[in-house]
Amino acid sequence: MPILIYALRRALQAVPVIILIMIGAFLLLKLAPGDTVDALVGDMGGADAQFIARLRAEYGLDQPIWVQLWRYMIKFLQFDFGWSFVYEQPVSVVLMERIGTTLMLMAASLFFAFTFGVGLGAIAARKAYSTTDNVISTLGLVFYATPSFFLSLMMIVVFSVKLGWLPVGGIKTVAGFYTGWKHVWDVALHLVMPTAALSLIYLAFYLRLMRASVLEVAELDYVRTARAKGAGEARLMFHHIMRNALLPVITLLGLQFSTLLGGSVVVESVFSLPGLGSLAYQSVVQRDLNTLMGIIFMSSVVVVAVNFLTDLLYARLDSRIELA
Amino acid sequence: MSLAEASALPPEEPSRALVFWRRYRRNKAAVLGLFLLGVIVLLALTAGLYEPVDPLRRAGEPLIWPFQDWATPLGTDQLGRDILAGIFHGARISLMIGVVATLISIAIGVVIGAIAGYFGGWVDDVLMRVTEAFQTVPNFVLLLTLVAILGSSIENIVLAIGIVSWTAPARLARAEFMSLRRREFIEAVRNLGVGDMAIIFKEILPNALPPVVVYASVIMALAILLESALAFLGLGDPNYASWGNMIGQGRSVLRVEWFVAAIPGIAIVLTVLSFSLLGEGLNEALNPRQKKG
Amino acid sequence: MSDVADTPTPILEIENLRVSLPKGADRPYALDGLNLTVNPGEIVCLVGESGSGKSLAAGAVMRLLPEPLVRMSGGSVKFDGQDLSTLTEAQMRGLRGDRMAMIFQEPMTALNPQKTVGWQIDEVLRLHTDMGAKARKARALEMLRDVHIPDPDSAFNAYPHQVSGGQRQRVMIAMALAMSPRLVIADEPTTALDVTTQLQILRLIRELQASQGSGILFITHDFGVVAEIADKVAVLRQGELVEHGPADDVLNRPRHPYTRALIAAVPDLRPPAPRDFSDAPVVLKAEGMLKTFKARGGMFTGKRKAVAAVDHVSFDIRRGETLGVVGESGSGKTTVSRCVTRLLEADGGRAELDGRDILNADARTLRAMRAEIQMVFQDPMASLNPRKRVVDLIAQGPIVHGMNPGKAREKARELLALVELSPAAAERYPHEFSGGQRQRIGIARALAMEPKVIVADEPVSALDVSVQAQVLRLLADLRERLDLSLLFVTHDLRVAAQLCDRVAVMEKGKIVEMGTVAEIFAAPAHPYTRKLLSSIPGRDWVPPVLKDDAA
Repeated sequence: MPILIYALRRALQAVPVIILIMIGAFLLLKLAPGDTVDALVGDMGGADAQFIARLRAEYGLDQPIWVQLWRYMIKFLQFDFGWSFVYEQPVSVVLMERIGTTLMLMAASLFFAFTFGVGLGAIAARKAYSTTDNVISTLGLVFYATPSFFLSLMMIVVFSVKLGWLPVGGIKTVAGFYTGWKHVWDVALHLVMPTAALSLIYLAFYLRLMRASVLEVAELDYVRTARAKGAGEARLMFHHIMRNALLPVITLLGLQFSTLLGGSVVVESVFSLPGLGSLAYQSVVQRDLNTLMGIIFMSSVVVVAVNFLTDLLYARLDSRIELA
Repeated sequence: MSLAEASALPPEEPSRALVFWRRYRRNKAAVLGLFLLGVIVLLALTAGLYEPVDPLRRAGEPLIWPFQDWATPLGTDQLGRDILAGIFHGARISLMIGVVATLISIAIGVVIGAIAGYFGGWVDDVLMRVTEAFQTVPNFVLLLTLVAILGSSIENIVLAIGIVSWTAPARLARAEFMSLRRREFIEAVRNLGVGDMAIIFKEILPNALPPVVVYASVIMALAILLESALAFLGLGDPNYASWGNMIGQGRSVLRVEWFVAAIPGIAIVLTVLSFSLLGEGLNEALNPRQKKG
Repeated sequence: MSDVADTPTPILEIENLRVSLPKGADRPYALDGLNLTVNPGEIVCLVGESGSGKSLAAGAVMRLLPEPLVRMSGGSVKFDGQDLSTLTEAQMRGLRGDRMAMIFQEPMTALNPQKTVGWQIDEVLRLHTDMGAKARKARALEMLRDVHIPDPDSAFNAYPHQVSGGQRQRVMIAMALAMSPRLVIADEPTTALDVTTQLQILRLIRELQASQGSGILFITHDFGVVAEIADKVAVLRQGELVEHGPADDVLNRPRHPYTRALIAAVPDLRPPAPRDFSDAPVVLKAEGMLKTFKARGGMFTGKRKAVAAVDHVSFDIRRGETLGVVGESGSGKTTVSRCVTRLLEADGGRAELDGRDILNADARTLRAMRAEIQMVFQDPMASLNPRKRVVDLIAQGPIVHGMNPGKAREKARELLALVELSPAAAERYPHEFSGGQRQRIGIARALAMEPKVIVADEPVSALDVSVQAQVLRLLADLRERLDLSLLFVTHDLRVAAQLCDRVAVMEKGKIVEMGTVAEIFAAPAHPYTRKLLSSIPGRDWVPPVLKDDAA
């Protein structure tokens, strides 16, 4: 099973990256003013110096920094990210509650941005320098320049306030208590604007890259060969150009996924979606650093997983790559 | 021609700057981008003339619609602050953040990319793992974390934006260095006995810079977007007028006085647009092989 | 073979063809007033140097010019008596691949990397026949057999990257000939191939053409190939037809001065009188040099074998002597040039420059020694930093080695005169020069260090034949005047015969035979040397000695 061996090798390659991120996260925590004990003591409304010192020893904060790092890593490996003083729960529990919403938003945005970006980019390239191309390319430029939060607000004005078509925020109608397909439909409606707000800028990225890529591939020798064989334009596009032109787009998709995930912070906050992004924002505002580190770790794992999937997709599309 | 070529030289070519401008000028959209950017720079330069005291001061009644009162041409927000004054002063912040953060990220990125690409081997492996680590953490989450830990003064924000956006220029510079170091002219200077550092910075870097310069316009646009998003979430420096912050403030009166959020939003869109158009123009002018039909 | 030459309707008749270039190009027409006829069973060679417009002629016939930038603006192209400009695009598509087919130069890039070889041959049949899948596969396999692909069944299922360059060109030919077209246009089909493969492909084209009776328009820059294959020859210069006629006439009795100059520039296979070096001291000596390229585990590719690129190579060069290193791609000849100059670290063996070890010299000693062994590179564009002025490029070496910058620049200007460039060249940038001029700059840069040895890696292979002759003459002249030793790496045996005193023949990292040029060319001992020599295109044609030798 070459794919299993490949998966194993990729997993091994991801280990040093994840370890680096953990060390970085730990050092960042150490940089922050105040530690866990300060937070605890602050919660209790003050304590005497002896008690604080005892607490420090109990939490291992009196140890040399590398011992602390080692313990921290061991805990991380057991998915123990510590205690959230804001939510009064272990961080891992808080994260698990939130991750579903974010994954749903990611999947929808990625799907939307990729299909429309690639499709429109290919159409624009096919009709390069025509009116159709100009319209699509201009739209792409405008999407690319529009910050997601601004787009969100303007969509709320138009679709929620003026037209009343879509809900302003949240993941479901709180008082609805819908079940079954009604629930699915309700959640879908709530996700329309967040998905659009998050994905339009990436749609623009893929569109522009796909357009350039199709134009470039169309100039290559083997496309000329196919022309000399008597192939028509449609055939050239589908059999010879598309697949090769998709490759750089897939690469970009993998590289940019972490940025997309970062974008969820703003969008989830605007639409009050209970996901990792809005959690990250609240943790920063409430200085809940344990939760923040948990989010960094979780989102890194998601990014690594998605990169693995895009690599598989790339290898599937490019016959020059053999998995082993 | 090729038969009697020995000493006949081709006619003198016009200067590089002129050739560059001629190529750039061919792209009308790029010229528009340059014009837009000029307007924004002008806004930033004249901000002190329009509102010398403080753009955050109360200038009139709250929530005046645009074009109603010529003392505040673009209206006022819920605290009676002049929106146009915010646009003027916000241009300063956006441009400053864009330029400085871009310089930071390009400097880090080029040095790391250059070393990784030129030396290869384990140096490359280590540096690329670090780059990957930075790329794996969602950049906005990292930005939030840095701001949470460093504090949200304007210097820290600029630094943090630079730190979260150096990976792409690093990859770009690495790719350029990897391809350029195998070029024969690099072998030729090595064969003359030129040292590694001189090769990296004097021979390869000038040739690797054009794509990086083009990409700088992308980073600048992204840096402006990042800063505005931070400010929108209320994590910017409260002592400066920022477009993102204005939009964030406008959120509470969005249902009726949507213009409070819309006007600074349009300013951001136009600024980012100008940088993208500029980048496209630069790309076409610096990479003449991509000719327009 | 041209016994059918007087068949009434020619397959291809080009009359007064004119192809326009976009505004701002160096000339208004890529082709102007081209007349050409290809009869059934005939091979017509269209010869020209780079920029002569020869490839655009093919585009005009296939109606595949990059319009609207480059377009046909006059004249007519008749295919089988039918004017092609009257056909619709759909009718043209019906012709392409069916009755007129094309073979391209670069087998590496001319096949779609994502489709199997079988699929790509099958596509031609799918487009132009209504055969069923089974019949098509049978036909494709038959074609693969006809082009002598070793294992047709596995080649059918292989992707292009899985077969070698020569095999890929066979696949291209199989694809082009699948429908037994009346006309085949071959655009430099063997230029990217090694000399032994080239001969096989030329023979294959001839063989298939003889059996199918099609007419071939063969585009090339190489008079050796012309002598090998042509029935008729047409010579292009800057888009204008300067001479055409039967191959024998044009090759042996050229009339137009341009053709005469081109043919005079083709290096003769008979070496000049030998020179004697038995008294001269040895300048460069290599002993048992070794270089293995280790396989680096790629992310996807997994294991790759370690290859011995240089396998116990020994040679010596005396003062003033030129040693040619000849071989095909992958023979290790370029690696040898990089190892003796320490641009690559050898894995073992010794190399001595004037008696001092160079392979193990420490950084400081090496730096000093670099002045004595300089290189001239293959690609004159890639070997000059595009952002430096010529004078700085030439003066850089002496400055690095401690010469006063002003004095170094002064010397650089003197060197320009030595390589026959005008002093005005000093202030220009490399892109403003032609290929031959750039190579002169590269030579001046090497000479600035006053080296004892110059290692030249294919210094003329990127140049047109006429320019190549001039650069070779310059090298020979400088070698005499400055008493230089040359290590001359080349794939071109004609060039080696003219310039070198001795040659070393390399195959798979080993020197299989070494001797004086006269010995090797007259009586090759090793089978590989014999194979190389017998593969030189047009080896039986002796370029005529022309009195008014131009240039």
